[in-house]
Amino acid sequence: MKKIFETQAVRKLVFLALTFVIIQLLISTNIIDAYLQNTLAAICINIILAVSLNLITGFTGQFSLGHAGFMSIGAYTCAIITLRMPTMLGFFLGVFAGAVLAALIGFVVGLPTLRLRGDYLAIATLGMAEIIRIVFINLKITNGAAGLQGIPRFVNWTWLFIFTVGTVLLISNFLKSSHGRACIAIREDEIAADAMGINTTKYKVTAFVIGAFCAGIAGALYASYFYFLKPNIFDFLKSVNVLVIVVLGGLGSISGSIFAAILLEIISTFLQSLSELRMVMYALLLIIIMIFRPQGLMGSKEVTLSVFNKLGGNFRSGMSKLEQRLKSKKGRV
Amino acid sequence: MSVILNVEKLTKSFGGLTAVSNVNIQLEQGELVGLIGPNGAGKTTVFNLLTGVYVPSSGTITLSRDDNKVALQGLKPYKVCKTGVARTFQNIRLFKDLTVLDNVRIAMHKNVKYGLLSSFLHLPSYKREEKKLTEESIELLKIFNLDNKKDEYAKNLPYGEQRHLEIARALATNPVLLLLDEPAAGMNPAETAKLTELIGWIREKFNLTIILIEHDMSLVMKICERIYVLDYGMVIANGTPDEIKTNKRVIEAYLGEDVSNA
Repeated sequence: MKKIFETQAVRKLVFLALTFVIIQLLISTNIIDAYLQNTLAAICINIILAVSLNLITGFTGQFSLGHAGFMSIGAYTCAIITLRMPTMLGFFLGVFAGAVLAALIGFVVGLPTLRLRGDYLAIATLGMAEIIRIVFINLKITNGAAGLQGIPRFVNWTWLFIFTVGTVLLISNFLKSSHGRACIAIREDEIAADAMGINTTKYKVTAFVIGAFCAGIAGALYASYFYFLKPNIFDFLKSVNVLVIVVLGGLGSISGSIFAAILLEIISTFLQSLSELRMVMYALLLIIIMIFRPQGLMGSKEVTLSVFNKLGGNFRSGMSKLEQRLKSKKGRV
Repeated sequence: MSVILNVEKLTKSFGGLTAVSNVNIQLEQGELVGLIGPNGAGKTTVFNLLTGVYVPSSGTITLSRDDNKVALQGLKPYKVCKTGVARTFQNIRLFKDLTVLDNVRIAMHKNVKYGLLSSFLHLPSYKREEKKLTEESIELLKIFNLDNKKDEYAKNLPYGEQRHLEIARALATNPVLLLLDEPAAGMNPAETAKLTELIGWIREKFNLTIILIEHDMSLVMKICERIYVLDYGMVIANGTPDEIKTNKRVIEAYLGEDVSNA
């Protein structure tokens, strides 16, 4: 029994199952009410966005400001499909099509722009996102600036959880593979990576496409959960917001992105009541955190579940000491 | 003995400046050759041309491997690496924020046989290959006495060990030809002596042909069998260390009188 708990995979599974069940309980007992459920959905969507942008910017070192563009492709695709096909199958089709389409656009855009570096790439991706937004404003099928309404809601906590955990696991698995290491090598030193036999263009585009794919999923979830879309949701500020989460959590830290996504969403929920002061407080908080933790909350470190292992270890050694003491007492008696 | 690398009339101009002009170099299989010359002579540019960082303005670079001739000019660096040419850099270019182990594992990436799907899902092929990769990397690190520091960040290693790690990383790409750009730069005489020994040893062990750029004459004269001397982008001499020591043009251009007396 002890041995089973020691394996990383099982520990991970138990942790995830607990998270899911606890929050599910809180929802069914209405402690997490409809309003807080919106926060929960926003957290999950932001986690997917931040982790996928972290793959591009934090791990592969490609400064992208176009994540809202990919998100909007996923959102509109899913919305258009589910509006015509309001079934669970339609929803899955929508998520999948949205993600694939976003990845496809990511590929087409990434191939030429990823030759650019640093600021130039940021400007190019920013331009790409703006073009996508303008296209959505002018298309008939997206209903222009007025946007789409009454998108059927298929997303609940279960699906949010599955998609969030799924994308985070896929990305962190990828980063632990040789292909993922190739991406990280590009961030570290592109010239050296190239000289060590890594096709840098291929891996930059790969990271970009995976990131776009996940942003597409996030967009699809957004469309289905909030049942209302307009192009202005996906403006420059949305991309910056995602980038803020990534930088705040720490470039190159998956767990950092997750923490920052949760933290920022909770902060902005609590600040909601302050109306005008809200953005001032929010900005102030960001400035303070950046002054004291310029490398982000987590730097490039990861929190793993071995934290629990340590705690468990302490607990176990404590218990065995207690047992020994009891035994020696018994002997005396 | 057979020719492994044949460089013919290699020329590189940057605008009006000809950095490398009509350079001919021939390396025999298993040779250890030095490339020396005053600062700005074009040594590193030659390395950059050989490894695909620069595209030559004219000339050919041919690598012969098991009777296959591969033209290296115009290939991208990662493709040059795949043909079996590895290098180190003058100013160390390690992946600083990664562990020693990861530095080596990244260089072995081209041999990895699992695809993207397996890396997403950590399928059995992933586990098998990663295990093999890690074992091979640690094997390689043992040679450089770095295996006990495999989990250390590369940036935290002392300078000399960083140089060693860079050589280990180059070897991890499984090369037939190794290019070392000033491997002894910044080392003290004792470290240089040890490095000299190490270079000779890895040549035997890995069956390598080595060409190195170096300013430390104690190293060059001791282990290089042949030396090319570059000045203003041209080869001004080519011969054994003894021939180079007494070559008038070389002394005039660069070495001065000290070396002929040494």
